[in-house]
Amino acid sequence: MASTSAAPAKDIRKIIIASSVGTLIEWYDFYIFGSLATVIASQFFPHGNPTAALLSTLATFAAGFIVRPFGALVFGRLGDLIGRKYTFLLTLVLMGGSTFAIGLVPGYDRIGFFAPLIVVLLRLLQGLALGGEYGGAATYVAEHSPSNRRGFYTSWIQATATIGLFVSLGVILLVRHILDPDLSRSIEKFNDWGWRIPFLLSIVLVAISVYIRLKMQESPLFSRLKTEGKLSTNPLKESFGHKTNLKIVLLALFGATMGQGVVFYTGQFYAQSFLETVCKIDFDQSKTMLLLAILFATPFFVLFGGWSDRIGRKWIMLVGMLLAILTYPILFKQLLSITSSESRTEQSSQKEIRSTVAFIGHSRDLIRTSSTLRHYDGGMLVTETAKDTVYASGKPSGRPALSSSRTLGDRDYWKMVGILFLMVFYVTMVYGPIAAFLVELFPTRIRYTSMSLPYHIGNGIFGGMTPFIATLLTTIYSGNKLVGLVYPIGVAALCLIIGALYIPSAPVTSELEG
Amino acid sequence: MNITKRLLGIVWIALGPLILYWLIRTGVSEIAKNPVINTKMQWGVFIVVFIPIVVGLVLFGYYALKGEYDR
Repeated sequence: MASTSAAPAKDIRKIIIASSVGTLIEWYDFYIFGSLATVIASQFFPHGNPTAALLSTLATFAAGFIVRPFGALVFGRLGDLIGRKYTFLLTLVLMGGSTFAIGLVPGYDRIGFFAPLIVVLLRLLQGLALGGEYGGAATYVAEHSPSNRRGFYTSWIQATATIGLFVSLGVILLVRHILDPDLSRSIEKFNDWGWRIPFLLSIVLVAISVYIRLKMQESPLFSRLKTEGKLSTNPLKESFGHKTNLKIVLLALFGATMGQGVVFYTGQFYAQSFLETVCKIDFDQSKTMLLLAILFATPFFVLFGGWSDRIGRKWIMLVGMLLAILTYPILFKQLLSITSSESRTEQSSQKEIRSTVAFIGHSRDLIRTSSTLRHYDGGMLVTETAKDTVYASGKPSGRPALSSSRTLGDRDYWKMVGILFLMVFYVTMVYGPIAAFLVELFPTRIRYTSMSLPYHIGNGIFGGMTPFIATLLTTIYSGNKLVGLVYPIGVAALCLIIGALYIPSAPVTSELEG
Repeated sequence: MNITKRLLGIVWIALGPLILYWLIRTGVSEIAKNPVINTKMQWGVFIVVFIPIVVGLVLFGYYALKGEYDR
């Protein structure tokens, strides 16, 4: 049965494109910060212990996520009061402005404590904006969709989250390589100032998206309620102050979005952090592996979204969670095993030692770098680098900073891509149908507010903090490199039980409730 | 099935305070091990953020126990 509010097929395509482009840009803006966590740490947080710097950045990352539920409340309320169109236009401008401004903030070396403070504040604004954006876009598309295609059409909005990550990784890799013909110099320039380019670029993308969105019409269901004078006067109170709706909000959180959030962030973010900090995979390789995995898996968002129109949303999402719970330990163990050099034979004849000495900026101090390159069978290259400073004043050099990175041969590289693909595939199962699932739970008058909060607690808090909590667990229980998985597996398992028992397998082609 | 859902309500109600207890205990122990501002802030944020979620879980359990999710 088609909904009376459904737009003609030609119009719905325009609606999806206009909504998706803006949402994609918001995700891009939000993710470049996370993807550049280590570079940002060196720019904005006091130098010294790199782990502390990384944790500080991850905390900032989490700060961006923790405020998302507040953004959901603020903008969700606005969206239910004044309309979807203007609210998610506002979130787009807020996000783009904050991202652009991060690209302009001077480093800690120049303005001291103000640098991290401004960055944290801008990051908080980004989180607020994202909290308002997603619910608006999902609601807007769903309220234009025919009931028998709602899962399919909203899955395009779902895909934008992963495509946003793809674009952010792609832009970062590209900028990292084009700043100088010599790659190592290009990387140096990127770490010094080039990292700002992806942030500054955002303003152009946002301007295009704002232009597209300005031409959009208000959602037909919302317009009808407005004409009939049936809009909610207090969406927050109606959403969370009455048991009838509150119990559905709680069910959506504990039975769906909480598990979906941890699967989403484990497969795409914790995996990325695990590759770089635990497996010590070379930066470029780890990013391209994830890029390929995302590229191959992204069509499944639409496939599972469309499939959910036929067989229901619930079990696709729950099976995705179950697969993640059962296979995460195996998959992460494989990542460790493939990147280990212990079971490999070193090609001793190819061992190389490279040393360089260079002045630091305009000072007379020197930075001394010594790299040992070890080749192993299967094409693995392990580079161990020690860096220390030789002071012109004669002050003794401190202990050298040690780092290590691994580059894999082709066969192992593709094995890693395959493992990451599986993790992103699980993401498509849990995430593809969830927008349709959430919009169908709540009535139009409070839909924006009601669906945004469980989504952003599930994704922002449970999901967004996954890399941080998992990393923290590995520092507390340092003997086990896989201990970080306890968190996502535990949360997903709890969500699976609650979802399987309490979420009704409702008919999926129902009309949206006015 | 309705009886299982109601009985599990008790588990969700109990789980809330247990999670909070574990969080506070681990937080206190970690802060004692490394009493720097970074550690205090991390655990402070965790506990503050998870308190309303734990309250939500207890409320969810209460609704389940009362049969609000019965079919």
